[in-house]
Amino acid sequence: MSMDLRTITIEPLRQTFGHLARRMGADKPASRYMEGTMDLQPVENYHYRPTWDPSHDIFDPARTRITMRDWYALKDPRQFYYGAWTLARGRMQETATADFDLAEEMGLAAGYPGAGKVVVNQVLLPLRHVAWGSNINNSYIAAYSYGIAISQAAAYACMDQLGIAQFITRLAISLDEIDALAEAKQAWLAAPTWQGLRHYIEDQMVMDDWFELFVAQNFALEGLLFPLIYDKLTDRLNAAHGPVLTLLTRFQREWYAENVKWVDAVLKAAAADNPANKALLAEWVRAARQRSIEVLAPVAELGFGAEGAAVLDEVVQQLDARAAKAGIPL
Amino acid sequence: MDMKVSKKLGLKERYTMMTRDLAWDTTFQPMDKVFPQVGYEGIKIHDWNAWEDPFRLTMDAYWKYQAEKERKLYAILDAFNQNNGHLSVTDARYINVLKLFLGSTPPLELMAARGFSMVARQMVGAGPRVACMMQSVDEYRHFQTQIHSISNYNRFYNGLDEFAHQQSRMWYLSDGKSFFDDAITAGPFEFMVAIGFAFEYVLTNILFVPFISGAAYNGDMAAMTVGFSAQSDEARHMTLGLECIKFMLEQDPDNLPIVQRWIDKWTWRGTRKLASVGMMMDYMLPKRIMSFKEAWEIYFEQNGTALFTDLARYGVKVPKCFDQTIEEKEHITHQSWIGFYMKPDATPFHTWMPQPEELDWLSEKYPNTFDTYYRPVYEHWIAQEKAGKRFNNKTQPMNCQVCVSTIKFNEPGDPMEMCFRETVYKGEKFHFCSDHCREIFEDEPEKYVQTFISSHAALQGKCEPEGTDVNAHDYRPGARMHAYWRMDKRASGDFNGSEDQKNFAKWRAQATQN
Repeated sequence: MSMDLRTITIEPLRQTFGHLARRMGADKPASRYMEGTMDLQPVENYHYRPTWDPSHDIFDPARTRITMRDWYALKDPRQFYYGAWTLARGRMQETATADFDLAEEMGLAAGYPGAGKVVVNQVLLPLRHVAWGSNINNSYIAAYSYGIAISQAAAYACMDQLGIAQFITRLAISLDEIDALAEAKQAWLAAPTWQGLRHYIEDQMVMDDWFELFVAQNFALEGLLFPLIYDKLTDRLNAAHGPVLTLLTRFQREWYAENVKWVDAVLKAAAADNPANKALLAEWVRAARQRSIEVLAPVAELGFGAEGAAVLDEVVQQLDARAAKAGIPL
Repeated sequence: MDMKVSKKLGLKERYTMMTRDLAWDTTFQPMDKVFPQVGYEGIKIHDWNAWEDPFRLTMDAYWKYQAEKERKLYAILDAFNQNNGHLSVTDARYINVLKLFLGSTPPLELMAARGFSMVARQMVGAGPRVACMMQSVDEYRHFQTQIHSISNYNRFYNGLDEFAHQQSRMWYLSDGKSFFDDAITAGPFEFMVAIGFAFEYVLTNILFVPFISGAAYNGDMAAMTVGFSAQSDEARHMTLGLECIKFMLEQDPDNLPIVQRWIDKWTWRGTRKLASVGMMMDYMLPKRIMSFKEAWEIYFEQNGTALFTDLARYGVKVPKCFDQTIEEKEHITHQSWIGFYMKPDATPFHTWMPQPEELDWLSEKYPNTFDTYYRPVYEHWIAQEKAGKRFNNKTQPMNCQVCVSTIKFNEPGDPMEMCFRETVYKGEKFHFCSDHCREIFEDEPEKYVQTFISSHAALQGKCEPEGTDVNAHDYRPGARMHAYWRMDKRASGDFNGSEDQKNFAKWRAQATQN
């Protein structure tokens, strides 16, 4: 059905939904992020208790020790609702895919020097399992956290990590190192270098408190691992073997630079809400930071040899600076 | 699948490298502690690797396709809104479909998003985990695009503004809420049967036909585009639901009776939930697509028969309620509209009496029942309305303890008798709309004694606006329900004489006059 309508100006009865007007303190237009996020999770009149956790409601703020006057203060500075997120990732994958295509067409990937490939195979390829671990842990946060602001961002992070695991896999395929994937998995499961990290990730998988898991996984572990690998290690490999690897790890680097904005904003909002949160976050950050340093030390040594400890220390400084900026005393 | 590979990996092998090869069996923590929920429902899985991936979509391809769809969708929404597209709908009665839809559907899509996140965390196999997490973000997409498409209507029409507040408080939304609360509080496998199979596979077309085709027929480009854009996601969701059923049944013969009980339960629960959807098709769309009865015959009876014929090799039988739904297809939409019409003060959408040609359409579509049982009711009410006595039932309804529908459906085999069932559990009497709902209760009474029934809770003083003193000497339960619902008076009552009706007529005239 089509109808010819003249352009007319109609005075609207209201600008936005009631829950958003109350939140903004005025009836004014709300962004699509707000419309798709704020105050949407049910908070009352649940019909049944979960058969898998009868001590809690379906959505229950008591699933973490963090308390918030407003759970939607944990909002995403990137303003990612599904459409914004998938458009951003669509653009990133397009560029990353073009880089892979270029590197493959020009023979740059297959021709990557053997000495560089050895490092990639040993250090980068096992990280696809680390990304899978992060995927599991973020799916826990997406499932059991409180409020749509945090749950949707965690759901997107969960998919992002699957994408990262797949881009690492594709890296191996591009470098013509498919067999190295099996070796890397074997190393992940048995080589002493990786067992500390694997142990830590498996411990995270049984963490009860989703916010503590957020701190451990998304802030501490990734906050050290990503700069260590996608900044320091790629720099070093580029200096020795040319910049191809930068092309083939573009997605991870871009993703990390953007994702920390979300992670830091969440920590900052929680720390600012009340002193008990701040103390608890400090306790969690200290513990996760320490454990992450311990389990990443052998990985740093594998990548950087004798300089591993010094390089790791540099990225620890970055993490400490982020904690300070989020208002978390260490 | 967009990953371009020059090597000798086949499509399936490549997808395996991209998904399940990422996973490992934990050893520092026991697997049953990492995945604590997969055992307690009694479903036995011996080999998670036997899961057949229902679709093979790596994340780069997913983002590429979804981004293309979102780009187009939001471009159309923006254009529709800028051009006052809301004035091109058939007539203002149509907007009441959107009111019912906004209250009932996006909140449930949200529950699906959270529910699939939970299942994605709990499934041991990487195959089902990846498929479930993809469905989870798809469901975020659906509830957000639905809200975004209706948001502009909210600026001009009443009754849409408080859907977020009303989702857990409004009496007629509690059937959908109980449906999803029930599914999400069940274990991961039952959730998959409830939502992945019964809802997404068996019943989803009944939901889609009235909304998408209804929107298209009635000039609502916004809702139509959202619906069509969601369909390729739905295709994935349907294959996931079916694969999950087959996987359970192939893994162990002991799973069959459990799965069959869930299929029986959730097909019935879904059928009850769809009564109000059918009502939209038969009564609320100014321009009709087909009757609910016809839709039920195509999408449930024919397609359902084909599906269950296919599943018969696993020993699955057609849902126990199948025959009853065939009998009820002649009745439930009329009974539902009658139920809503008689409560003009209690819904944030308008109701109305069908126009003469609409009564004739109903007679034609329902030759076995309409003229005998329902037309006389409407003719009586139309006469009452003309006499200035529009019918208004101010009493509290009685609700079913399981599906939470108001008890209003007829006794099987006897359209003149209302169907009531009851059972006593621990000394307390519980009421049901049907044998099927009573059976669901009796299978799990500890769960269903918890059901939140607002008409009952209101009488107990549990549905009051914040700050009400229920111990005050002049307290009357339920007297402040409108404040509890935050319901705008302008949004309720009969369509005839409503502000929506007047505004639409005025604006449409402005936009079409020369």
